[in-house]
Amino acid sequence: MTETAGGGWARPEFTAVEQLRGPLLIARGVKGVGWDEFASIRLGAGELRHGLVLEVNGDLAVIQVLEGTAGMDPNDTSIEFAGSPLRIAVGPQWLGRVCSGRGEPRDGGPPVTGELTMPVAGFPVNPALRLPPAEPVLTGISVIDELTTLVRGQKLPIFSVAGLPHLELAGQIAAQASAQGEPFSVVFAAMGLTHADAAVIRAILEERSAAGDLVLFINLADDPVIERILTPRLALTVAEHLAFTLGRHALVVMADMTSYCEALREVSMARGELPARRAYPGYLYSDLASLYERCGRIEGLPGSLTMVPALTMPSGDITHPVPDLTGYITEGQLVLSADLHARGIYPPVDALSSLSRLMRHGAGPGRTRDDHLDVAAQTLAALAAARRARELSELIGSAALGDSDRRAIRFEQAFETTLMNQGPAESRTLAETLRLAWQVLGVLPRRDLTMISASAVDRYYP
Amino acid sequence: MSGTAAQVSRVSGPLVEVTGLTGIAMSQIVQVGEHRLPGEVVAINGGTATVQAYEYTGGVAPGDEAVSLGEQLSGRLGPHLLGAVFDGLLRPLAGAPAWLDPAASSLPSSGQDLAWAFTPSAREGDHLGPGAALGAVSAPGGVRYLVLVPPDASGQVRRLRPAGQVTGQDVIAVVGGTQVPLVSSWPVRQRRPVARRLGPDAPLQTGQRVIDVLFPVTRGGTSAVPGGFGTGKTVLLQQITKWCDADVIVYVGCGERGNELAEMLTELAGLTDPRTGGRLAGRTVIIANTSNMPMMAREASIYSAAAVAEHFRDMGLHVVVVADSTSRWAEALREFSSRNGEMPAEEGYPASLASALAAFYERAGRFTTLGGQEGSITIIGAVSPAGGDMTEPVTSYTQRFVRSLWTLDRDLAYARHYPAVSWAGSFARDAGLIAGWHARNGDPGWAARRASLTALLAEADRAGELAELMGASALPPRQRIAILAGRLVREGVLQQSALSQADAYCDQARAAALADAVLAVSGRCLELAGLGVPADQLEDHDFSPLLRAKEDAPSAGRVREIADAVLAELREKPITAPGQREPGHD
Ligand SMILES: Nc1ncnc2c1ncn2[C@@H]1O[C@H](COP(=O)(O)OP(=O)(O)O)[C@@H](O)[C@H]1O
Ligand SMILES: [Mg+2]
Repeated sequence: MTETAGGGWARPEFTAVEQLRGPLLIARGVKGVGWDEFASIRLGAGELRHGLVLEVNGDLAVIQVLEGTAGMDPNDTSIEFAGSPLRIAVGPQWLGRVCSGRGEPRDGGPPVTGELTMPVAGFPVNPALRLPPAEPVLTGISVIDELTTLVRGQKLPIFSVAGLPHLELAGQIAAQASAQGEPFSVVFAAMGLTHADAAVIRAILEERSAAGDLVLFINLADDPVIERILTPRLALTVAEHLAFTLGRHALVVMADMTSYCEALREVSMARGELPARRAYPGYLYSDLASLYERCGRIEGLPGSLTMVPALTMPSGDITHPVPDLTGYITEGQLVLSADLHARGIYPPVDALSSLSRLMRHGAGPGRTRDDHLDVAAQTLAALAAARRARELSELIGSAALGDSDRRAIRFEQAFETTLMNQGPAESRTLAETLRLAWQVLGVLPRRDLTMISASAVDRYYP
Repeated sequence: MSGTAAQVSRVSGPLVEVTGLTGIAMSQIVQVGEHRLPGEVVAINGGTATVQAYEYTGGVAPGDEAVSLGEQLSGRLGPHLLGAVFDGLLRPLAGAPAWLDPAASSLPSSGQDLAWAFTPSAREGDHLGPGAALGAVSAPGGVRYLVLVPPDASGQVRRLRPAGQVTGQDVIAVVGGTQVPLVSSWPVRQRRPVARRLGPDAPLQTGQRVIDVLFPVTRGGTSAVPGGFGTGKTVLLQQITKWCDADVIVYVGCGERGNELAEMLTELAGLTDPRTGGRLAGRTVIIANTSNMPMMAREASIYSAAAVAEHFRDMGLHVVVVADSTSRWAEALREFSSRNGEMPAEEGYPASLASALAAFYERAGRFTTLGGQEGSITIIGAVSPAGGDMTEPVTSYTQRFVRSLWTLDRDLAYARHYPAVSWAGSFARDAGLIAGWHARNGDPGWAARRASLTALLAEADRAGELAELMGASALPPRQRIAILAGRLVREGVLQQSALSQADAYCDQARAAALADAVLAVSGRCLELAGLGVPADQLEDHDFSPLLRAKEDAPSAGRVREIADAVLAELREKPITAPGQREPGHD
C-alpha cells in the first residue's frame, strides 16, 4: 500500500549505492531528493524494500532501509524516490483489516488503498485549538474504570515488566473499550511481538475485528526491526482520520513501546549519533512526544483520539529512559505488580502507583456517576491505610495490630479478590463496577467513609 | 526583503546547510525550500552557512532555494500579546488551523487587525528620551499598557495620535524623526536596554504557603522547580501563573503537553483577577511550543518569552516568566549541537549549556527602566531531570544560578502531599532580605516564624527516622511530640490543594495565621508533655479543626479563633495517668 502514495511524482531510479552499513544505505548521484522522503528499493532478484531518507548532502542520500540491508548487493540495487515524505491511504476501508507493521495485508485480503492519503509523520495539533479532555472511555475493567478512568483524548500508558500480562490487558482494553454508545474504533499497533504473543492478540481482538471496529497492525519479533519505527505512525495516521474526519472516538493501543524505542536506538547507533542515557538517542523524548501528542480533542472537529501505549520496564526500572520519558509525556500511568500477579490476581494493577491525571475531568457528576470520584478517593485512601498497616505488621507482628489496621487489611483483600480480579474476557458495566466498589467499601464501618457524601452513603452502602 | 538567493546543500532534520549566501551574518534569518521555512544562521564556515530550521524540513532538498532576510530572529511586541497564545516564534496561534502544516499555510501575522483605545499622555513638541511614555492603550485584564519611545529614539515629538481607536498597523507618534508604531519588532535574543539594574527588595507573593512562608522568591529573582514526572511541577507553576501578584505573566509551555495547556487556557478564561477585577487571562501571555511542535522553535521560545517580559518591564510593570520546562529547551540545544557535530560535554549536552542557562536567568532582575520607572522580571523555571536524577547537568547547573530552589520530592508526591516541595532540599537565598521587607510591612515575626517551622520540620524528620528504627512508642515524649508537630505543620500549613475552592490561593495574612496557629499548638503540646501529660494522649487529641482551618477559615481572624479553641481544649487536658482518656477526644 505504501507505494501508492506519491507514486505520481516518482523520480528516475538511481543505482549508485555507495555504502551499506547496518540498516543504512548511502546512495550517490541523487538530485532533488528531500529530507524524510520515502524510497522504494529494488534488489536484483526483484525483491522490493522500502526506506526513509535520513540525510541529504549534495548528491548523497542516507537511507534507512526498513527491511534491513541483509542480502543487498550495492552493484545490483536500484532506488526510486517518492518525491514526498511517506503517505498512506486513510479511510474506513482499514476497519476490520489485519496488516503488517508496514501496512501490508496479513489477513489474505487485498492491499488497503484509497484516494485520500495523509503523511504518516502527521502534523502538530495547534495547542490553542485543543479541547481539554472531559468524557470517559470505559474499558469494562473494574480497577481501571473505578480508580484510573481513561478519558477521551488522554494518553495513559501501561508500565509493566517482562512476564506480566500487559499484552493481555492491552488486548482486553482494545477489545472492550467504548464511549457510552458513540461511534468507537480501535487501532492496535503491535511492535516486536513473538508469533505466540501475536496469536494471543489476534484471538483476543478477533471478534471486534470481525465487527469492523478495529484495525490491527502487527510487526512481529522477526520482522524487520526498522519497520517498527513506522508501525505506530501508520496506526496514528489511520486513527486520526477515523477520529477527526469521520467523527469516531478512536482508541490507539500500542505494544510494546520498549521494542519501538530499541528500534529507534538501533538506527541512531547505525548513524553514529551521539548517544544519551543508556545509549538511546537524545531526541527520544521528542520522538515519543511526536507519537503520544497525536491524541486529544480538537475544537470544531468531531471525535477524539485516546491512546494506551504498553511498555515493559527493563529490569523493572522505572527510571529507565523508556518509562521515564513516557511518564513525562503521558497523563498518568497504570503500573502492573509482579506481587499481585504471583498471587493469581488479574489484572494485577498496583492501584496506589497508578494514576489517571485527567480522571477528575472525565468521571463524576455528569460524566459517570455522582459518587464515582468520592468512591475512588475513599478506596485509594483505604488502600493506602492497608499498605501502612501491612508495613507496620511486618515491623511489630500482625498480633499487635489495632482494629482499624486489621480492617484496612481486610479491605485490601476484598478489593483485590472482589473488584480487581476479573476474567480476561469479562467486561463489566460501570454500574457493576461501582456496585462491587460499594460491596468492598462495606468492609469498613459507615463512619469511616468520610470522603463520601452522606446521601451517597445512605443510598449505596450495603 | 533584501534577499540574496542561495542554495541548500545539506539537510539533516532541523540542520540545513546553505551555500552561496553573500553578506550573511550569524543569527540572521534564512528561509529555505519551496515553503520558505524560517531558520537561523548558527555557524558560518567559508561559503557555507549552517541554519537551524524552526519548522519540519521534510521534502527540503539540496538545490532548493534559500533566501536571507537580513534580519535576526524577531518577535512582534504590542498589546495584542495580552490574553493570547503564540508559538515559539511569537506567531499567533488563535487564527491558525487545527494542524500546523508549515507547507500548507503561513500563520497569520501578529496583532495587525485588532483595535484598542489610545490616550496620549505626552504632547506634540515635547522633548522625550528613550523609554519615555507617549500614551496608554486600554488593554485587557487591567494592565497599564504604555506606548514608549523606542530605546534607540529620542528628541522632539513631531506627531502624536490624538485619543481614539488605534490598530496594530498604526504609527502612534514620530519622535526625533523616528516613527513609533504601536506594534514593533525586536530581536528576541537581545536584551532590551535598561537604565540600571537594582538589587532585590520585595517578595513576589505567590499565594502558595510553602513558598511565601518558607522559600520565598523576590520580585526580580529567579527560581527553579526540579522534580520527576508527576511530582507537581506543572500544577505549581500554573498556580503561580494564576495567583501571584505580578502585573503580567509570560507562560512558556516549552516542550510539554498540549492537553494541560488547553486546560490552563480554559481555566484562565474563567477566572477573575482578585486585584484588578479583570479576567486573569488578560494579564497573561502564553507561548505554546508543545513537545510535538518543532524542537528548534522550543529553543527560540525561551528567548521570545524573555523579550516579551522585557517589553512589559519597560512600562514599569512587574513581570513573571514561567517556563515549563527548561529541560526540554536544553534538550533542543543538545539535539542541534550534536547534529552540528559539536564536541559533547556531560551527557551529550554542549559545553555551552551552563552559560546558556546562566544567561537566560540573568534576564531576570529589578531595574530602573530607560523611562525612569521601576520594573522587574522574575523567572521561574521547571526542570525535568532524567530518571529523577538530581545530579544530571541541567538540574545541577540550574541550582547554581537561581536564588530560590523548590525541589519536588517523589515520596511527598506519592503520599499526595502537594505541593511536594521538599523542605530539606529547597532554599531561598534572599530570605534575610525578604524578612526585612516583612518587618517593614507589618509582619516583624516573619523570620522567627520561618525559623521555627524549619526547625520543627527538621526535628520531626530526625525523630521520624528514629521511630522507623525503634518504633514510635519507644521514643522519649519530646521526640514523639516533634513527630506530632511535624505532622501538624505538613498537613495544616504546607499542604495546599490546587483543586480546593477555598485554599488554592492563600494570602500572606492567612498563611501567617495558619503557621502561627500550628506553632502555638505545637508549643503547647510540648509544654504539656513537659508537665507530664502522656504523649499518646496528645497524639490522640483531635486536631482536625486546626488541620481543616486552611479550608474552613476564610480569614486570618477566623484562623486565630480556631487556634484559640484548640489551645483552650488542650489547656483543659488534665495531667492524668495514662489510660484514663477523655471521651470524645479520640
Ligand atoms: N497542588 C496540588 N494540588 C492537588 N493536586 C496536585 C497538586 N500538585 C500536583 N497534583 C497532582 O499531581 C499530578 C501531577 O502533577 P503535574 O504538575 O502535572 O506533575 P509534573 O508536571 O511534575 O509532571 C496532577 O495531575 C495532580 O493530580
Ligand atoms: Mg509537567
